[in-house]
Amino acid sequence: MAALTREETEALIQEVLEVYPEAAKKDRAKHLAVNDPTLEKSNKCITSNRKSLPGVMTVRGCAYAGSKGVVWGPIKDMIHISHGPVGCGQYSRAGRRNYYVGTTGVNAFGTMNFTSDFQEKDIVFGGDKKLAKIMLEIEELFPLNKGISIQSECPIGLIGDDIEAVAKKASKAIDKPVVPVRCEGFRGVSQSLGHHIANDAIRDWVLENRDGDESFPTTPYDVAVIGDYNIGGDAWSSRTLLEEMGLRVVAQWSGDGTIAEMEKTPKVKLNLIHCYRSMNYIARHMEEKYKIPWIEYNFFGPTKIAESLRKIAALFDETIQAGAERVIERYKAEYEAVIAKYKPRLQGKRVMLYVGGLRPRHVIGAYEDLGMEVVGTGYEFGHNDDYDRTIKEMGNATLIYDDVTGYEFEEFVKRVKPDLIGSGIKEKYIFQKMGIPFRQMHSWDYSGPYHGYDGFAIFARDMDMTLNNPCWKQVQVPWKKADNDPIAVAASA
Amino acid sequence: MPSVMLKKNAEGKLIFYVPKKDLEEIAETVEFDSPELWGGEVLLSDGSKYYFEPQAQPDFPVTLRAKRLDSGEE
Ligand code: SF4
Repeated sequence: MAALTREETEALIQEVLEVYPEAAKKDRAKHLAVNDPTLEKSNKCITSNRKSLPGVMTVRGCAYAGSKGVVWGPIKDMIHISHGPVGCGQYSRAGRRNYYVGTTGVNAFGTMNFTSDFQEKDIVFGGDKKLAKIMLEIEELFPLNKGISIQSECPIGLIGDDIEAVAKKASKAIDKPVVPVRCEGFRGVSQSLGHHIANDAIRDWVLENRDGDESFPTTPYDVAVIGDYNIGGDAWSSRTLLEEMGLRVVAQWSGDGTIAEMEKTPKVKLNLIHCYRSMNYIARHMEEKYKIPWIEYNFFGPTKIAESLRKIAALFDETIQAGAERVIERYKAEYEAVIAKYKPRLQGKRVMLYVGGLRPRHVIGAYEDLGMEVVGTGYEFGHNDDYDRTIKEMGNATLIYDDVTGYEFEEFVKRVKPDLIGSGIKEKYIFQKMGIPFRQMHSWDYSGPYHGYDGFAIFARDMDMTLNNPCWKQVQVPWKKADNDPIAVAASA
Repeated sequence: MPSVMLKKNAEGKLIFYVPKKDLEEIAETVEFDSPELWGGEVLLSDGSKYYFEPQAQPDFPVTLRAKRLDSGEE
């Protein structure tokens, strides 16, 4: 199907908005836009980071999800207590596939669920005593933990427990960092505030731990990878590239990361930000306090990887710059072969995305490397600054939707008819039932890594096997297929 | 009185960032911009204006409090 023109896209948005009551229509209209890449600022065309409307289907998460699930959870050698009722932690347990090395239950705890399992009496009488007790229990059962974080669920804020005091006491008792995080789910409009709160907790409780301690030997090539959660191994396939070009990766935030790495981060020369949305706060803080510059980079697809490697290298000396060129050269045959194999099978296919806070713009380049085109994109919880960065990446007159509702997304898809949709688990089965190839782009549909050159090969294979899967031809029942029209069949007999 | 994080970009221009509002703008003009005296009215590229208490030029990046003067075109 030919691309929609600007007028057609605008008309489509109007048509979709038509079903809403007046007030809802007015609100949702601000979140839907036709892209104009010439704009400098996105606030001219789209509003974001606002409360979702009651009554519509949103797929956003809560602040607790942003802190426990995204930022803190992957720090593998700490134990993260989901403080409150058992469900918040158990239903989200291990869902993000943040890979790590270590022995689970001994020196790493990533896929385990620790919770204070609130009961009625804890709500009535307060949970501080229980919290203090379970921390001592944790220390006894898992002595190799390197610290504890307390991830508040909704009730904690509602009953007014003083988890900070408990944390301070526990920290003394077990002689390890204990970090209280006020990430109650009701705070903010999405998981995004949870990221911010989590960043602030790291700033206040972790980052200064080694200030004034110069015992860590540094090099001029020390960097930290910030905002890579090692989903399906993403951080590993990124880290190898940085190391091959001559840099030393001191810390991974927070995929396969440790608290010791975080404490050492203020000693690095440069912070590399992959997921800007969830960790720009801490990078900005380190820039101000420790004068560590930061840059954003993108390791999806060879074009963006090469661009990023050169951008990073430009901030170092010639050895690193030569290193970057060497890395690009080394992988050239490999990624050219990937493109040669898959591009002919994917060329010209159109993709619609709807993901969290980074990928709606970051994966565009990888699709383009395969000859595909992203015709619609949007964020669950992006902010203005994310859309600023997106409008330049997207083609003219493409659709942009913020915190899209289930209804809107379906209607857009029916009209735009993309060949592939990349979104989350909540959207997956709806679109598959509509007969549209779908990739789950939060946790890579049980695949990955997608970062780096190694990841690109897997990305390309996955897109191909999804899009060109013969099952899509079987979705429609035979008697509804045009070429099975009984009259036509009879006539041809 | 929003807290504003100020830093210089690669071109030496002042970047103005208000975390609470996700406002990330380039400062077009700064009323006083010398090492001894810095601050006053700051005009952003989106047309909004902020005021900083004039002071000796701070060491960027830095977080300062500013007063919003006019919202520019919304
Ligand atoms: S909103 Fe509250 S109750 Fe729901 S998952 Fe988040 S923290 Fe738990």
